[in-house]
Order: sequence, then structure tokens, then C-alpha cells
Amino acid sequence: MDITDQLNISRRGFLKLTAVSATVAATPPLVARAAVPDVARAPVTQQVAMEVNGKPATLSLDTRTTLLDALREHMHLTGTKKGCDHGQCGACTVLVDGRRINSCLTLAVMHEGSKVTTIEGLGTPDALHPLQAAFIKHDGYQCGYCTPGQICSAVGVLDEIRRDVPSHVTADIGAKATFSTAELRERMSGNICRCGAYSNIVEAITEVQEGRA
Amino acid sequence: MKPFTYEKASSPAQAATAVARERGAKFIAGGTNLLDLMKIEVEAPPHLVDINGLGLDAIAPTDEGGLRVGALVRNTDLAADARIRRDYGLLTRALVAGASGQLRNKATTAGNLLQRTRCPYFYDTHQACNKRLPGSGCAALGGFSRSHAIVGVSNACIAVHPSDMAVAMRALDAAVETVKPDGTTRRIPIADFYKLPGSTPHVENVLAAAELITAVTLPKPVGGTHVYHKVRDRASYAFALVSVAAVLQPDGSGRVALGGVAPMPWRVEAAEANLPKGAKAVTSSLLAGARTTPQNAMKVALVERTLGAVIADAGA
Ligand SMILES: Cc1cc2nc3c(=O)[nH]c(=O)nc-3n(C[C@H](O)[C@H](O)[C@H](O)COP(=O)(O)OP(=O)(O)OC[C@H]3O[C@@H](n4cnc5c(N)ncnc54)[C@H](O)[C@@H]3O)c2cc1C
Ligand code: SF4
Ligand code: FES
Ligand code: FES
Repeated sequence: MDITDQLNISRRGFLKLTAVSATVAATPPLVARAAVPDVARAPVTQQVAMEVNGKPATLSLDTRTTLLDALREHMHLTGTKKGCDHGQCGACTVLVDGRRINSCLTLAVMHEGSKVTTIEGLGTPDALHPLQAAFIKHDGYQCGYCTPGQICSAVGVLDEIRRDVPSHVTADIGAKATFSTAELRERMSGNICRCGAYSNIVEAITEVQEGRA
Repeated sequence: MKPFTYEKASSPAQAATAVARERGAKFIAGGTNLLDLMKIEVEAPPHLVDINGLGLDAIAPTDEGGLRVGALVRNTDLAADARIRRDYGLLTRALVAGASGQLRNKATTAGNLLQRTRCPYFYDTHQACNKRLPGSGCAALGGFSRSHAIVGVSNACIAVHPSDMAVAMRALDAAVETVKPDGTTRRIPIADFYKLPGSTPHVENVLAAAELITAVTLPKPVGGTHVYHKVRDRASYAFALVSVAAVLQPDGSGRVALGGVAPMPWRVEAAEANLPKGAKAVTSSLLAGARTTPQNAMKVALVERTLGAVIADAGA
């Protein structure tokens, strides 16, 4: 942002906030305390090697590239979706070294040596992952945009319960974590479905869990 | 996002030196807060130093009978640790009340303590915000302030510190361990870690430039009943409107810290003497000198009622 933008902002701020202008006016000039001098910086490219869906991948990327963009734009694995790009929807959920994370809030260059699994790596149209099959059977979606994230998240949830990770609705955190509908709803809350397919999603995941139990 | 150079640190001390070398450089841990803010250019570090993989991810006993939690221990792993669940249940409860499963798998102990406010005007670069751009004003004062702070505020900023974990850490008397670029280490009690906004809301804690958090220590367990009660606009995956962290003892004594009401986890030790008298007495000394806006004045009653529920729960 350049100085004129900064002044415009402060001007609007002053106009709106005459009541508090005493404090505001007492603070030193704007530029002096900006966190970082805003000089133009050139993009930086760096190499990173990771394993994606069991296959090695070496990429040369702008350091700003998120894991999500690396998967979609550079490896053309477009199953993983971008909803909010800010950790608020879960559409970008993938498994990294077996744990579910939001791929939009991590940099690709931070994943040297990581093992990444996306929806494409869980199953194929001919050999579906049990959760993929269960989502189809139970209509666990309408538009399908949130579905890859929901399924990757569900893989993570079932594993977290097996590994005894407690949740917000766990009544006794001293006891071993168990599966229940309330647990599932809480643990899947990081995946928003704008079509509201939640109850069918719960049925699909529950069937897979029971099949394993 | 502004371009930046990236390096993976080779040791904690080297990480601090690397951040000290370039003005505006930053550590990156889980990245869940920093990258969020870099995308909208509220943060624009020219250089990132990745502190993952430095062995700062262990939870180990201390000589004093407590635990040392590495700065890079993920929120999920801290919440799930058997010793934390048994002796510091408040911490597990606060952690699992925050964010989502995916985020907790990435979020780290130090990153959680240092996460920035969720004030919407801090996020909106078209708005005046003294925290983001010192001297530009505070759009929240004349704007929507329902989620903002009611104690510890100043005319320059009324933002809330959003962490749930930090509220539990405050009630548990945790301490922050650090290393500076010159290799010196120090231990900061969490009570002295955060700073009130005053006229410099962009300064949020006592860390020096390039000072790296290496661990957070928990003192010997204090027993008691541990309760974390978070009130929010939806039942999960939302920040606190108000939260109450409490450790209550059978004799009626205890500790109380609040989230969602102040620029830091809010605890007034003197207020705890009023616990036997009930929620109203504790709340009036905890929130003495509160400065509310018409939109967030309801937080006073919300604190009192939530604390009342917590005391009742613990007694049941
Ligand atoms: C949608 C969403 C919902 C959320 N909901 C909640 C919630 O309900 N409750 C809650 O408490 N939190 C919530 N969070 C915030 C989340 O808890 C934080 O983003 C997370 O804890 C930050 O940790 P991190 O390791 O990812 O930090 P990073 O983003 O890596 O770092 C944050 C800051 O800390 C600095 N830093 C990191 N480690 C160190 C270190 N060791 N020494 C010195 N400086 C360091 C970085 O330079 C950076 O400035 C939510 C986040 C999102 C995106
Ligand atoms: S309350 Fe603080 S963070 Fe929010 S706009 Fe005002 S100065 Fe910025
Ligand atoms: S795209 Fe990552 S959480 Fe929404
Ligand atoms: S199926 Fe459309 S968003 Fe979930």
C-alpha cells in the first residue's frame, strides 16, 4: 500500500471517529511505524519434492504457493477444492503424513518430504474408497463441491478417534475416545456444506465406521 | 500476498538469528494465522523462517513436577496427551473448543499464543485500525463492536485476544520460555506476557524482535475440577463471545480466567477470593472498570451467567 492509500484510510478513520481523535492525534506519523517498508519485491522461486498419492513430485514454485494451489494448478489434481482460501470451510482438506489439514493455509515449500493424499489418492472410479462408496450410497452431497474435503476429513476423523484424540463433546476426557453421532458432528464441524447434506454425510461415515467396528 | 524468501531453520538459535538478520522477517510454525493474514497483506514479511522440524515438539516432565510443552507441539497432540488430560484438563477442554480438527492438527502452542485478533476491521485493509497501521484510528469504536473487548481496552483499540488455549494457560499459571538471537534465554510468566493496548495496540506482548518461543511450561498440577465453558454464536468452529476457564477446589476456592472480553486472557487474582460468594461477586471485581459499547454491554451479564453455570457444574 502506498502513502496516499494510507492517508486516505486515516482520513476516513478521522472523519468517522472524531470522538476518539484525541488519542489518534497523539500518535506519531503514519509511515514511521509501518511494520515493513513497502518496497517492491521480486517473486522468489524454490524447489520442493514431496510424495503425492504415492508418486514422487518435484516442483519449482513461487514461495507463495499454497499446498492447495500446488495440487490444483501445478499437479492438476483438481479434486481438492478451494472454497474460502482462509481455513473457514474445509473444502481444501487433504491428508498430510496421515493427518487431515487445510491445504489452503500451508505453503507447498514447507512440505519437503511430506506424503500427501488427496481425494484422487483414496480411491478410483473403479476401486472406490469405502467412504467414497458410502457417500454415493447415502447421497452425502448435492453439488459435490465440499465432498472431497468431507471425505478426506472423515478419513482423518475416524483415525483420530482410533488414536484416542478427545473432542469438545467428549463427556469424559479421561476415558478413551469413542464414536457417536454427536462426536462425528462435532469433529466434522470444520467442513461446511452449503447444500446442507449433513445428515446424509453422517449416515455415510457412520456406516463405514460400523462396518469396521 | 507479497513475495518473500523462505528458509528452513537448522536450530532454535539459528532461527532467531535468521529472523534478526532481516527487518520484518517472521517465524512460521503451523502457518494457520500468519498465512491467513499474509494473503490479505495485513502481514507482509519479506522473509519466512520455518521452525518446524527443530525438535521443539515434545512434552516432557520438569524438575518441579510440571510439564514442558514444546513450542511446536500441535494443538491436537497437546489436547490428546494423557498427562494433560489427567492433570490439566482445563487445557484440553480449551484446546478442543477452538478452531476445527484440521486447524488443530497444524496449529502450534506458540503460534496459538501469538495469534492476532479477529477484529473485522483489522482484517479489512480499507478500514482505519491502529493495530494494523498505528495512528490510523480505530474503526471498531464507531462500528460494529459486539465481539469486542470490555476490559483492558483503550481509546486506541478495543480488540479481543482470540485464543482459547491462552485463557487456560493463564488460569494454570503457565510460563513462556524463549531464546533471543544472542543466545540468551528467559522465562516469562504468562501473567506478564501480554500487553494491554494503551496507545500502542500493535505491541501485543513483551517479546523482543526475533525472540523465539521454545516452550511453554506448566507448574505442578493443582488438582480441583477443571471447567472451560465457551459461549459462541454457533456450537462449534466459532470464536468465543465469552469464555470462562475455571479450576475449582472442594473447599470453594479456585481460579478463574476469561476469554472474549479483553485484549489478553483476563484474570484478576484478587477477584477469586469472592468465589465462595458466587458468580455476581466474582464478576463485579473481575470486570471492575469495564468500558462497554452499546453493542457489547451484554458481555457483562454473559460473563456472570456463564461463571454461574460453571460454578454450578463444578458443584454438581
Ligand atoms: C477459521 C479459523 C477458526 C479459528 N478458531 C479458533 C478458535 O475458536 N479459538 C482459537 O483459540 N483459535 C482459533 N483459530 C486460530 C488458530 O488457533 C491459530 O491460527 C493457531 O493457533 C496459530 O498457530 P500456528 O502455529 O498456525 O501459528 P502461525 O500462523 O505459524 O504463527 C502465528 C504467529 O506466531 C509467530 N510464531 C509462531 N511460532 C513462534 C515461536 N515459536 N516463537 C515466536 N513466534 C512464533 C509467527 O511468526 C506468527 O506471527 C482459528 C483459526 C481459523 C483459521
Ligand atoms: S479494535 Fe483494535 S484491531 Fe479493531 S479496528 Fe480498532 S484498533 Fe484495529
Ligand atoms: S479453502 Fe481451505 S478451508 Fe476453505
Ligand atoms: S454438497 Fe454442495 S456444498 Fe456440500
